[in-house]
Amino acid sequence: MQPFHYRRADSLDAAAQAAGASRGSRVEAPVQFVAGGTTLLDLMKIEVMRPATVIDINPLADRYGAIDATDRGLRLGALARMAQAADDPAVRRDYPVIAQTLDLAASQQLRNMATLGGNLLQRTRCPYFRDVSWTACNKRDPGSGCAALEGVNRKHAVLGVSEACIATYPGDFAQALVALDARLEIAGPQGRREIAAADLHRLPGETPNVETQLGPGELITSILVPAGAWTRRSLYLKVRDRESYDFALASAAVALELGDDDTVREARIALGGVATVPWRARAAEDALKGRRLDEAAAEAAAEAAFADAQIREHNAYKVDLGRRTLVRALLDAARLEIRT
Amino acid sequence: MSAAAPEPKANMGRPEPRLDARLKVTGEARYPSDMPVGHPAHAVLVTSSIARGRLAGLDTAAARAVPGVIEIFTAENTRELKHLDYVPGGGGPSTSVQELGPEIAHDGQIIAMVVAETLEAAREAAHAVKASYDRQDPSATFDSAGVEEKPAGKEFPKAGDAEAALAAAEVTIAAEYGTPTQHHNAIELFTTTCVWDGDRLTVHEPSQFVYGLKNALAARLAMDPAKIHVVSPYVGGAFGAKAQMTPRTALVAFAAKTLGRPVKLVASRDQGFTIATYRAETRHRIRLGARRDGKIVAYTHEGREVTSRPDAYKVAGVSDTVRLYDFGTVATHVSVVHADRNTPGFMRSPPVVPYVYALESAMDELAVRLGMDPVELRRVNDVTRDTVSGKMWTSRSLMKCYDEAAAAFGWADHKPEPGAMRDGDWLIGWGCATACYPTHLGATAARVRLLPSGEVRVQVAAHDIGTGAYTVIGQQAAERLGVPLAAVTVELGDSDLPPGPVAGGSNTTASVCSAVIKACDAIREKLLRAASTSNEGPLAGRSPAELSFTDGRAVATDGAAESIADVMQRLGTAAIEEYAEYLPPGAPADGLRRLYGGKAVLTGGPHGEKIMYALGAEFVEVRVHARTREVRVPRAVGAFAGGRIMNTRTARSQLMGGMIWGIGSALHEATEIDRREARYINDNIAEYLIPVNADVPSIEVIMVPEEDAEVNPAGVKGLGELANVGTAAAIANAVYHATGRRIRDLPIRIEDLLA
Ligand SMILES: Cc1cc2nc3c(=O)[nH]c(=O)nc-3n(C[C@H](O)[C@H](O)[C@H](O)COP(=O)(O)OP(=O)(O)OC[C@H]3O[C@@H](n4cnc5c(N)ncnc54)[C@H](O)[C@@H]3O)c2cc1C
Ligand code: SF4
Repeated sequence: MQPFHYRRADSLDAAAQAAGASRGSRVEAPVQFVAGGTTLLDLMKIEVMRPATVIDINPLADRYGAIDATDRGLRLGALARMAQAADDPAVRRDYPVIAQTLDLAASQQLRNMATLGGNLLQRTRCPYFRDVSWTACNKRDPGSGCAALEGVNRKHAVLGVSEACIATYPGDFAQALVALDARLEIAGPQGRREIAAADLHRLPGETPNVETQLGPGELITSILVPAGAWTRRSLYLKVRDRESYDFALASAAVALELGDDDTVREARIALGGVATVPWRARAAEDALKGRRLDEAAAEAAAEAAFADAQIREHNAYKVDLGRRTLVRALLDAARLEIRT
Repeated sequence: MSAAAPEPKANMGRPEPRLDARLKVTGEARYPSDMPVGHPAHAVLVTSSIARGRLAGLDTAAARAVPGVIEIFTAENTRELKHLDYVPGGGGPSTSVQELGPEIAHDGQIIAMVVAETLEAAREAAHAVKASYDRQDPSATFDSAGVEEKPAGKEFPKAGDAEAALAAAEVTIAAEYGTPTQHHNAIELFTTTCVWDGDRLTVHEPSQFVYGLKNALAARLAMDPAKIHVVSPYVGGAFGAKAQMTPRTALVAFAAKTLGRPVKLVASRDQGFTIATYRAETRHRIRLGARRDGKIVAYTHEGREVTSRPDAYKVAGVSDTVRLYDFGTVATHVSVVHADRNTPGFMRSPPVVPYVYALESAMDELAVRLGMDPVELRRVNDVTRDTVSGKMWTSRSLMKCYDEAAAAFGWADHKPEPGAMRDGDWLIGWGCATACYPTHLGATAARVRLLPSGEVRVQVAAHDIGTGAYTVIGQQAAERLGVPLAAVTVELGDSDLPPGPVAGGSNTTASVCSAVIKACDAIREKLLRAASTSNEGPLAGRSPAELSFTDGRAVATDGAAESIADVMQRLGTAAIEEYAEYLPPGAPADGLRRLYGGKAVLTGGPHGEKIMYALGAEFVEVRVHARTREVRVPRAVGAFAGGRIMNTRTARSQLMGGMIWGIGSALHEATEIDRREARYINDNIAEYLIPVNADVPSIEVIMVPEEDAEVNPAGVKGLGELANVGTAAAIANAVYHATGRRIRDLPIRIEDLLA
């Protein structure tokens, strides 16, 4: 670990000013915010990130650490802890998919520390990214190549990949947000703005080092999840090597509004573990709309979701597994008893 | 009594809580790296990022400029350290790759060590050391270009004409199996702290063999071993990784000497994957021939194991598998495949974990082929006279274990058709397999002292690697001298004590208890003689044969008694101390001398006059999701027979932990290797998966009473390495039962079960 300056940001302005000169949340940015620290400090210890200044935004939890539920939707403070959101009765009752993405992520100790904002911005588990003794990693060192393309890539992505990077987005919570059309409130040196959660992460393309569209000094302050008829009939299915505690090999966040006879009125689907970014599966949603949700419809949706998958030596199974995961999630969601 | 403290059955000792339990749960137990030393400097290792080639340059300028850096040790300034020949076996060096370059022989080879005033400065500087290499293409593993395959010995177990028997057999199966690379990943990292006082050196390092470490280190430093003191009272997990001396120890000792102050090293988790040993990947080809009634007539087993380029480490578990059943005829062969890897070494049950996995999977395949219950197949082939050597077993309770475990598991309800048992979306599979571990015995010494108050002190440089050795050794002394356990103090893990055996091969309880019995008996003898030959006192004139010891007193059969204090007063002595040596049958006559010199001396298993093994039977239930194919293990039952059980609590803990490890072996554990670079990829415990509580909902351990007067004076068969053997096969067999799919390469993963 490199020595660094530590500052506490007591206000949004202070945070934005202090971080203004940095390059967004990029790996190489010399100024980094720290919230729970469970991603950042790990990466600093292994020298993948070497910020000169770390700005502690935890004091902002006073303003951006609450969870509010109204008829119109949920407002989640970006500094709320994962455990806090997972245990919130309104979240559990009305947005089970959100609670489940949090419950099934990491361990209780990590969930007690980690924040919702930090969770969205956690970085890939690609082993070549996380070990600086590997020289080829475009995400860490633009233009250096990608060691994973021909390396051990069992856990790498099959959707949204490029020739420059195939790293999987590792988180779970973002899938729930993307499926539910959540929006993010952002504050920065240029003032405030709001973006769709689905637009936060950028596909790797030629520049996998630019992971999000956050600008210099920009902070996520709140997450807004609109209410909808589908949020109660929602769930998150996470398939992983180890049941207790592991990242997803494939996951699906689904939210459904069913009409009579199980006809799909609305379907919201996001996939995890298989894509470079939290992946909204619109083709799958389209394939379902207006159809009765039975096994055949679910299979057709899954087929559509992975139509563009691109595989590597060790991750071909993810296409099949991803489809099965989605089918199971859809059928399980259709079977849910919804209390009104 | 509770599940954790099972009621002792015949020939089992009480479930005494560990003597060190409170110290450990309160954090008071001091592990070697916790030992406070005055004004230590902190060391951080720099390791190679290639697996094969030469160090072309090592730029330390930036590292030296980091404030607080004291010195950087490299190949240049460590030439004084002597090279030590590698010999497989406890105590010596873990590898022959001991120099810091310029030759690079494996990924993560130590190439420099930075020493600084603070850990932070050392770590920062270590990252600033820039190495450049002349890289050559490495060979990573089986099937890589450039590996060299050689027979792992001259002769392998053989009996009769297996080829002819196979050709004539009514039923045959042939299959290939594979097991992955595994790393021990004990929670305690590889640490070393060295402190010099003049020409005397104290080493705080977690060790499974302090005499081995002391002597090997002395050789590398070219000094008198008598001047080295290794202190290792507690070990935070070892599993074989701390039985040999890794290259770091001499480096830290040398740095401390050069700098004239204590130096402390705590290697990082990822460095632990390459600076120490591991379980190498193996492959197996097995053929079994049988009659229709299930009687096996032929067994052939060809094993292949990866090792490093320079060192021929092997486990060659065919010498154990051939004992398991009455095979009729046997042919075996083992070869090692030299690749550009660090040298593998002992890891919990080294030979039997991979080889028994392969055999027990093949046994299940044979049962399926025969349409026979797998338990019955084992019964039909149960053995009393060894197929290969013709020797008899000292005791063998395998079928008792099967019967007890099967009953507890509910095996009678087994529906053998694959896929026949189902619970909604989950396919249920049941499987079973045999566990076995050779009963090893080690040369050892021990010293026991008795005070008039009845207080007892036992001293032996054996090791409690978390297994409960302090406690069972204390129980043995307490029982023999008739004092309460609370009156016994046990000292272990210190090279100034009489030498104990390497904590390997599950021999500690059997060997040390045998030596403790000898020392205690010598004390009893003195006391009894004093009590019975005196002219006065309550026991005067009794024959020593009618006296025994209980509650701190010598007692005659008719109830007459005299306290230890009174007998000792009669003797005119303030303490009785006895030193004893135990040399197991079959050990070389100079075994104790060798032990003092740091060489592990182990016998037993298949090598003595008779065959001695601890055995067990394990049953598991798996659930495989019909669609997404995750495999879960909701319950496992194991029944084990290991001679005398000294303490049902610590024994159960070992057996339960073993089965949990077995679940990991089947479903989770594997070190991934980048084949282009021969480098480990998942070198951290977030990605190197091991089962934790939520992955093992129910483990039932049954201890089957067994008496064996022939194995050793203590009647004990080691069981620390018993229960993790067989579990992986039982799970693979259960997965077959659930899905109809036979997965022969471990670990079993979701992708193996799709499509
Ligand atoms: C062993 C392990 C297992 C894990 N398993 C899972 C899992 O199964 N599923 C899963 O989803 N996650 C998992 N995680 C990841 C974990 O959930 C994240 O590390 C955590 O959510 C990050 O939150 P934090 O508050 O600690 O972020 P930090 O480490 O503090 O920050 C992470 C990044 O986000 C930036 N940042 C933080 N907050 C803001 C903000 N409000 N605005 C702008 N930038 C911000 C920081 O600058 C930093 O770059 C695991 C982590 C570990 C270590
Ligand atoms: S997949 Fe992406 S993160 Fe991984 S090595 Fe390639 S560029 Fe780096």
